Amino acid sequence: MTMANNTRFNQLKAFVIKEIHHILRDRKTLLVLFGIPVVQIVLFGFALSNEVKNNRLLICDQAHDVHSAMLITRLDASKYFDVVGYVSNPDEGTDRLRSGSAHMVVVIPSGFSADLRHSHETSVQLLTDGTNPNLAATIQLYVQSIVNDFRNQIFGKPDIPYEIEVSPRMLYNPQLKGSYTFVPGVMAMVLMIICTLMTSVSIVREKELGNMEMLLVSPMNAMTAIFSKAIPYLLLSLMLVTVILILSVTMLDVPIRGSILLLYLVSLVFIITSLSFGLAISTATNSQQVAMLISLMGLMLPTLMFGGFMFPIENMPIPLQVLSNVVPAKWFYYSINDIMIKGLGFGAVYHRVLLLAAYAAVFLAISYRNFKIRLS
Amino acid sequence: MISVSDISKSFGKKGEIKALSHINMEVREGELFGLLGPDGAGKTTLFRIVTTLMLPDSGLVTVGGYNAVKDFKILRSKLGYMPGRFSLYQDLTVAENLTFYASIFNTTIEANYHLIRDIYVQLEPFKARRAGALSGGMKQKLALCCALIHKPEVLVLDEPTTGVDAVSRKEFWQMLRRLKDEGITILVSTPYMDEASMCDRLALIQQGLILDQGTPDGLVSGFPDRLLSLATPDIYRAKAIVEKIDGVDDAYIFGESLHIKTAALNEKAIAAALAAHGVAAGEVRSILPSIEDVFLAKMHDVS
Repeated sequence: MTMANNTRFNQLKAFVIKEIHHILRDRKTLLVLFGIPVVQIVLFGFALSNEVKNNRLLICDQAHDVHSAMLITRLDASKYFDVVGYVSNPDEGTDRLRSGSAHMVVVIPSGFSADLRHSHETSVQLLTDGTNPNLAATIQLYVQSIVNDFRNQIFGKPDIPYEIEVSPRMLYNPQLKGSYTFVPGVMAMVLMIICTLMTSVSIVREKELGNMEMLLVSPMNAMTAIFSKAIPYLLLSLMLVTVILILSVTMLDVPIRGSILLLYLVSLVFIITSLSFGLAISTATNSQQVAMLISLMGLMLPTLMFGGFMFPIENMPIPLQVLSNVVPAKWFYYSINDIMIKGLGFGAVYHRVLLLAAYAAVFLAISYRNFKIRLS
Repeated sequence: MISVSDISKSFGKKGEIKALSHINMEVREGELFGLLGPDGAGKTTLFRIVTTLMLPDSGLVTVGGYNAVKDFKILRSKLGYMPGRFSLYQDLTVAENLTFYASIFNTTIEANYHLIRDIYVQLEPFKARRAGALSGGMKQKLALCCALIHKPEVLVLDEPTTGVDAVSRKEFWQMLRRLKDEGITILVSTPYMDEASMCDRLALIQQGLILDQGTPDGLVSGFPDRLLSLATPDIYRAKAIVEKIDGVDDAYIFGESLHIKTAALNEKAIAAALAAHGVAAGEVRSILPSIEDVFLAKMHDVS
């Protein structure tokens, strides 16, 4: 028995070494593998942000007094706004809105200072382009918060006892930073690409190039072949998780609030799930193209659509919400979110981890059953 | 050592493509046995069945007493197989490929180095080169080393000399002779008729049928008729005329000459007939048939 175990271990070792050689010699693929997470982190973290900066602001100042000047200075000082001009009446402003040369017109009524001083009550009108509702709503909120600050500065915090102030506070991500949702998303996607796509292609390549024909006429058994294919990609995936985490923490200031160990444990389970998917695909197909197509269409697309990080699942129609439960990336994404951003412990994620492990078990069983011991 | 009895195999959804029909073949222990036939004759399919890679539709194959279907696990460690297509890892070096195959057969290069030494010394200068960058002949030598490294009892080589230059081909056959002397039973296929004489015994295969089998001399001496050969610049016309003569069984172009298979006629009768039609034929000679003549004659009999 020990003899048999020993020989099996030697076969496994030889196969893993061979596989590592394959990976290391294919420099272009390796570059792409490490390039994808870097590019995605940079893109999602900086370029594709939900925050809107440098909005062009038109001022229609009908007051021309001390307080209106103070408000304008405040608006201009904000990183979200650039005051690009002044107009004498609101109509002129709406023309500029229509042409797209301004994003918002702030109308300050005449007697602004006087109203503030005497009746403690005045209003500022905001005109925005409603054809881009997201942008309009976002910059209105920005102005609102600046105006509130301005009011507080002048009058101090309102201390009238009967006034009820709603003060929303975003927990975990007070600035609503986009990168907080993107980082777990990028992790899910990159792991899916490497584990599923690369593994499936690498086994099918052995069939396509004829290596399998010689390999089959040897004492190597199916289980050894399957495991030895998976191990190098598992190591590679763990390295990539590390790269993504380092990038996120250093470049995007995304916190890791929970346990790093737990984070790696959950990632490891997801990696194994994705690997078993890749193995299942590879045992069922005979050409690299088909394997790639199934990996991309069958897994990448659902991962993007139903993973939860691109489109909020809560906004989907009920049938799609139900369907999204089948996508393993969703469970990984929620778990990573809970651990990294919310700082929750194992108790909060264990049911998802178990589900992922169950997926892995099923697909490993399928791969083992489908592994062809002869040429088809 | 290898016994193939009544093997049939078809491909296609309804089995409409018959690759092998009722093949019988016997390879004795320690001999170098050749399977000779053109492309598409069924050589590769037969070898895949022998090497446990494919299941036959009917019939029985045993190798060293083991059933190729039921005992495939045992056989896979006793067989050395070199597929027709280069099946090593092109991005691994010569040494890495060899080490890998040694490891999966639970052995080391050192343990069986004596078997591959003669071949491997030629590869040694290219030890660190990737297999994909080797020449055709070198690739085949490496593949042979990999198939030999576990000291197989039976070596099965599918067209090892196809696409290899004439000098390397000759060298390769000499290597096979030496391996045979080591006591390894070798089954090898080839489309080249001129390689037949290198085998102890051979089988001729065409369109999934075994036409004949025996020693090279035995096959040639079994040629039933007289074989005549003539050379003429007007070879196509000569062929058309000769084919119409009564008593000619077959006439075919063989390289630059015309071969005529006949039981009844002699050289003079043919020369006279051609002269009557005004074809200037050179000397008509009686010759000894080659394996190719045997092959063509048998093929003609079957069709």
